[in-house]
Amino acid sequence: MSFLRDEKVRGILYQLITIVAFGALVLYIAHNTAQNIEARGIKSGFDFLNNSSGFDITESPIPYTTKSTHWEVFKVGLYNTLIISFFGIVLTSILGLFIGVARLSSNWIVSRLAATYIETFRNIPVLLQILFWYNVVLAAMPSVRQSYSFFDSIFINQRGIFLPKPIFQEGSIYIGIAVVAAFVIGWFVHKWAKKRLEETGKEFPVITTNLAILIILPLLAYFLAGKPVDFEYPVLKGFNFEGGKTYTPEFLALLFALVIYTATFIAEAIRSGIEAVNKGQKEAAMALGLSKTQSLKLVVLPQAIRVAIPPIISQYLNLIKNSSLAAAIGYPELVTVFAGTSLNVTGQALEIIAITMGTYLMISLIVSFILNWFNKKMKIKER
Amino acid sequence: MAVYELKAAKEPPIKESGVVYWVRKNLLSSPSNILMTILSLYILYIIIPPFVKWAFLDANFVGHTKADCTGDGACWVFIREKLKMFIYGFYPESELWRANLTMALGAVTVVLAALERVPRSIKIASILILPIVAFFLLYGGIFGLEIVQPNKWGGLLLTLVIATVGIVASFPIGVLLAMGRQSKLPIIKTLSIFYIELIRGVPLITVLFMASVVLPLFFPEGVDFNKLARALIGITLFQAAYVAENIRGGFQAIPKGQYEAADALGLSYWQKMRLIILPQAIKVAIPNLVGTFISLFKDTSLVMIIGLFDLLTMVKLTANDRDWLGFDTEGYVFVALIYWMFNFAMSRYSKRLEDKLNTNNRD
Repeated sequence: MSFLRDEKVRGILYQLITIVAFGALVLYIAHNTAQNIEARGIKSGFDFLNNSSGFDITESPIPYTTKSTHWEVFKVGLYNTLIISFFGIVLTSILGLFIGVARLSSNWIVSRLAATYIETFRNIPVLLQILFWYNVVLAAMPSVRQSYSFFDSIFINQRGIFLPKPIFQEGSIYIGIAVVAAFVIGWFVHKWAKKRLEETGKEFPVITTNLAILIILPLLAYFLAGKPVDFEYPVLKGFNFEGGKTYTPEFLALLFALVIYTATFIAEAIRSGIEAVNKGQKEAAMALGLSKTQSLKLVVLPQAIRVAIPPIISQYLNLIKNSSLAAAIGYPELVTVFAGTSLNVTGQALEIIAITMGTYLMISLIVSFILNWFNKKMKIKER
Repeated sequence: MAVYELKAAKEPPIKESGVVYWVRKNLLSSPSNILMTILSLYILYIIIPPFVKWAFLDANFVGHTKADCTGDGACWVFIREKLKMFIYGFYPESELWRANLTMALGAVTVVLAALERVPRSIKIASILILPIVAFFLLYGGIFGLEIVQPNKWGGLLLTLVIATVGIVASFPIGVLLAMGRQSKLPIIKTLSIFYIELIRGVPLITVLFMASVVLPLFFPEGVDFNKLARALIGITLFQAAYVAENIRGGFQAIPKGQYEAADALGLSYWQKMRLIILPQAIKVAIPNLVGTFISLFKDTSLVMIIGLFDLLTMVKLTANDRDWLGFDTEGYVFVALIYWMFNFAMSRYSKRLEDKLNTNNRD
């Protein structure tokens, strides 16, 4: 039996045992599942995706009726997940940056206030926060007829927030082109300024210039194209508002809770990023005679970003995953409508859970792909 | 002869200590700083007085029924009357001592695990024994204890049960997965990576759904788990992937020389892991592990969605009582406070450990 002492032989043996055990487990589960499905008379396969769902969905970015198929239910759910994630990520980035900077402020009271915010909301389950917004704060809004109204065009009541909706007439395309052009020009300005900085050491106000371009160009296009954007205002008709853009309490509760909760982690990531920059770097910048702003912009931030961005991106992913908690309040995203309602209607748990998990897995893979790309790009280039 | 006149003494330098200096330096050092101070004070002004008024000044503390809540503020009478529901759920009144004893044992275990002077063997033993003792205490069935079905467990008790089982049961699986991921054997490595990345890529709620609707299909007819067991399986499987990643971080922090030294001593793989690598890796990983435990503790609230009566569910349940309609706010605030205290204590503990580890590495 001396061959058993060989590391290679043992490695192969261990792996064989693993494969056999794993294979046996899979077979056992498959066998049981097949039997159970047959015994309970559950259908199997993915045909149900083409059957009409028979239930309605309150919020849908695409046309949807009770006659729509389960595949369309899936699409509605996915779109709603992506919509809430998009809004959530944008808003939580802004709030998180704000809180993170406040946390590092030299002003004692500002810094303490930010720290209190972080410690409070980070340690309370996000599901509790969602329910609090939904059942306590938004439920306490006035009824439709007593809506809070701003400029007669924005209304807030129990049924959500009603905003004017822009309607793009013919010619709006020029505004879009102007926005794209502004980004392209901005990119060239950035390149040119960087080159000039490296060659001559002269700085150029890139951010201000680009911001100005981004505002002025589309505005110019708007007026030159003859003001092609109209607004449709929400109007009180009977018991509810009609027209305009509506954000339901479900959407808002989920959004607020996710933004407030995730911002605490983003603030901490930003703080630890800035604190991770070696003190010597700041001192060296000062010794070179850089001003405080210059030292922050040219020395501290580029290094802080390298540390801060990876945890921030994984927080974005957490936000996307946490949006599935909408199931508790009924915002119709992927888990609520597909893994919830569709599953109850069809009973095809195995297929539906597999599709749902697969979808989230795809999103996670895309996000980690971006993360890896970023890490590679930001890696310190050593000789 | 030149006449020297005594010049007036210079002003003393501005004091660099004391309240006035502190306020000047930290609150009023520049115009923008002054503005921010004023803004912050304003924020405090709009938040704190109304909250204090609601929670204390206008609140009702005495009484036994809804009618006793007359003020505009919070009705803490509601919390006091429903306290048993919040803490034990539907656990039978006469058997509450068992729940109390369990929680007390849990507290003792936590203290033992956190104290430095306690030998490691006692720590590990107490952590392993706790779930077994707790199960027989809560469930009963031996020593003449009446059986209390798990669907009667609820409130904070259930939350703690789920969190404890999640932490204790996921740990060995997580360690094995981490070892698998570091392994040189390609098949074991691939399986481990596949499992870890699959679980980390999906939300917990989908894993819980899977555990509650798909898992029963995996077992032969007649094998049935109750709802709680399904949730525990789901949470453990989920948590194991995160524990594995924490432990892997620990592995990576260990210098290669440690592995080589263990090999040079002729230790087998398992000896090397058990005696050299794991003790060091786990020590390094503890702050991050506590971080994952905090997430787990918060995530236990998700079992509400699959129909268990945990602490968070109790808010809805108690506020739907016909005699006490509409006290969600008090319920949510109270429950939030409980979650907060547990999580805050854990995060402080992890911070302290981290600082300690940092100084250890510096010498």
